[in-house]
Amino acid sequence: MKLDAKIPPGPLKDKWSNYRFDIKLINPANKRKYDIIVIGSGLAGASAAASLAELGYNITMFTYNDSPRRAHSIAAQGGINASKNYQNDGDNTFRLFYDTVKGGDFRSREANVYRLAEVSSNIIDQCVAQGVPFAREYGGLLDNRSFGGAQVSRTFYAKGQTGQQLLLGAYGALNRQIHNGKIKSYVYHEVLDIVVTDGCASGVIVRDLLKGEVKSFSAHAVIMASGGYSNIYYLSTNAKGSNSSAAWRAHKKGALFANPSFTQIHPTCIPASGHYQSKLTLMSESLRNDGRIWVPRVKTDKRAAADIPEAERDYFLERKYPSFGNLVPRDVAARNIKEMCDAGYGIGATGMAVYLDFNDAIGRLGYKEVESKYGNLFEMYETITGDDPYGKPMKIYPAAHYTMGGLWVDYNLMSTIPGLFVLGEANFSDHGANRLGASALMQGLADGYFIIPYTLGNYLAGRGFRKVDSDHKDFIKGMGVVNDRIDKLVSLKGKVTPDHIHRELGTVMRNFVGMSRFEKGLKNARSEIKALREEFWKNVHVSGPKDGLNENLEKANRVADYLELAELMSEDALARNESCGGHFRTEHQTAEGEAQRKDKNFSYVAAWEYGGDGKAHKMHKEKLDFENVKLTQRSYK
Amino acid sequence: MKVHLKIWRQENSSARGYFEEHFLDDINEDMSFLEMLDVLNERLTLEEKPTISFSHDCREGICGSCGVVINGHAHGPLKGVTTCQIHMRHLKKFKTLVIEPWRVKAFPVIKDLVVDRSAFDRILQAGGYISVNTGGVPDANAIAISKFESDEAFMAASCIGCGACAAVCPNSSALLFTAAKISHLAQLPQGKIEAHHRVLEMVRALDKEGFGACSSSRACEIECPKGLSLKHVAQLNREFFKASLVAHLVEHPTMAYHGKGDDDLHSHVDEGSHIHHEEK
Repeated sequence: MKLDAKIPPGPLKDKWSNYRFDIKLINPANKRKYDIIVIGSGLAGASAAASLAELGYNITMFTYNDSPRRAHSIAAQGGINASKNYQNDGDNTFRLFYDTVKGGDFRSREANVYRLAEVSSNIIDQCVAQGVPFAREYGGLLDNRSFGGAQVSRTFYAKGQTGQQLLLGAYGALNRQIHNGKIKSYVYHEVLDIVVTDGCASGVIVRDLLKGEVKSFSAHAVIMASGGYSNIYYLSTNAKGSNSSAAWRAHKKGALFANPSFTQIHPTCIPASGHYQSKLTLMSESLRNDGRIWVPRVKTDKRAAADIPEAERDYFLERKYPSFGNLVPRDVAARNIKEMCDAGYGIGATGMAVYLDFNDAIGRLGYKEVESKYGNLFEMYETITGDDPYGKPMKIYPAAHYTMGGLWVDYNLMSTIPGLFVLGEANFSDHGANRLGASALMQGLADGYFIIPYTLGNYLAGRGFRKVDSDHKDFIKGMGVVNDRIDKLVSLKGKVTPDHIHRELGTVMRNFVGMSRFEKGLKNARSEIKALREEFWKNVHVSGPKDGLNENLEKANRVADYLELAELMSEDALARNESCGGHFRTEHQTAEGEAQRKDKNFSYVAAWEYGGDGKAHKMHKEKLDFENVKLTQRSYK
Repeated sequence: MKVHLKIWRQENSSARGYFEEHFLDDINEDMSFLEMLDVLNERLTLEEKPTISFSHDCREGICGSCGVVINGHAHGPLKGVTTCQIHMRHLKKFKTLVIEPWRVKAFPVIKDLVVDRSAFDRILQAGGYISVNTGGVPDANAIAISKFESDEAFMAASCIGCGACAAVCPNSSALLFTAAKISHLAQLPQGKIEAHHRVLEMVRALDKEGFGACSSSRACEIECPKGLSLKHVAQLNREFFKASLVAHLVEHPTMAYHGKGDDDLHSHVDEGSHIHHEEK
């Protein structure tokens, strides 16, 4: 298989406009002759479904939730980037492009990232027109803030609920098309397989989660916007239902999976309080603007924070990174916190936490100012932990948050299965080895509002109106496979719950395929994952009926897929014998302890091909050429 | 801590429901309420007993999936939080926890604590949006909007669609939910253009779903996890009243329909007049 990213020719800044001129178009009256399936209703899925329906396509959309509005995009707090340069501080398309490529540690595709930066401004215009209530200045114009260490203020926000407001905007557009009859929305439906006929995506197999019925739907093209797979770590900031199943099944049907080990661990989350912990809650990155991170200078110091004098505290980020201090990028902060805890300096009952202290900030700014800046976050922290952060420092620990890896797509956002497009977090394309804050929302909406409406038409034009029927043998076969797996899961009747295995898997992934990785650990992870998979298929216990609402069965289905994806993640991390962004191989670090890239050997996207049950994956390389940016070594000293 | 639970069990919407008792004696008070249910469910799974179904997803109070009544309070006794944000330490003072689904005719029980809230989606589908297509919109700063109005719109738009307002209302009214969207969009210049149409259509959809009328008990405002104020209902009434007055003058498919002697319009105006709210 030869990977062709189909990057349009010409100078970087002209590629997207040239592309839009060169593509094939579909007559407005003919668009209604095409049926399109959209998987997922988050920012990418909802914006794609609405925009395509407006153009005239017939959309069928699936979400496992009870309403499209519940998709996990809703939980994004910080904001959305756009190179509007409203603040007159020197931002432009090229700067946003450059920051994104550099922030991703030079492991993303220039042409895609430039296009993302190019359409970023349109997203803000669109959202405002939909009634998204972004924060404003007293003069009535839009406010911006600097986010995640960016040198310019290009982040638009709606308090700490930007994701919610953007999703509700897209959900409104979606509702309008549902009302118009152009979108048929199936809630409580989970996509469990992709159907491929004559080499092209022709539909999906879904399970109605309420009735338990397995059904099939055919279409001219399938758009996957099913999100990321951080839940593979069991403890993550993702919603409980977020899962990798649709993407993984597509992978097994021929879609290459790119850079699966590229994950982002967010440094400031509320730590786990016990083994029963079901998820972790993110505390906004903004807290690091005023909070100071520290641990006691003595290992396993059991004194209360207030009893530890200043001289016996180690503000380790300020010590190691004097110029950036507590504001080092996410991956650097997260890794350092883990290192301190691993070395025995962690605090609290579990030893897996560090302090984030606002005492100095309260002294410097006053209680009132701190309250006005962070009041709602402090309240949230107190509800969850029972501790008052005004009196006692917060305890924080990193948690899995976002996956940069995903299904490989070309410039059209099409996977290696023709007719299967992948949008948003589910694809691998724009963030390289590390995503910048406030860029996930931008990418999801760029893909859905402004890219897929063009690239989908280009694919469909000239393919004819004929659609594969859902009684085609490929669909019958696909339903059989899904049904067989469900039958097997409910018949095992072993001794452990799906959650039990998932927790074990999470521990392995956090220890060896998380914030820092090394050869021996990754090899160990590979064998432990294999053992867990065998344990799962021998000893899992799924109670309840298969023909009705059964959360146990849903979980078991998802965990079974994680157990396969996890192995590929460790394989990928092992093969990438360099450090870059969030992928930190302890063997490869600079004298300063920074990620040491090996550009000569690893300046590529690792796209993995499924080799068949029990067989090894095969890696394909898409070489990354940097013609417009100069590769540099990050340093935050 | 020891926990005594009385949990509502119901096989499906037409089955007869009942309370089932459970005793748990090893609950950590730092557990979230839903984690406590997870622990119970894992036990039930291994005992091959039917697990308890409940809605949840983000578990950080924003997706609006979760929602049960705990000891008579929607989302439990704590103010300003959703069910998933309740931790066991918040419930220490109760000897018994009585856990029930939202009890609203328009939200039929699907199973146990899971209810069907698709009525909310249908109300928004009727007009809870601004009709703009992707592309071709003006620059985001082309229209200045006062910070005050924008912030007010944001407050209204922070509704999470959980359904607690209807669940706590003595009349099972979903007026606060509907009003939140009306109020969000009516306060923005972009939303004013379709304001009349929107309010008429959404109120009509609301009534069709079988929710009750508002009698200003204010229970919704007190128990809303996002602190939405009843002033949005006042805004809805104003918008509805304005729209009703001009409905017959504006050529619009919906309004023309009202003009053809559809007298439920009048009944809304009457209703509206006694959903009076004192604005201070």
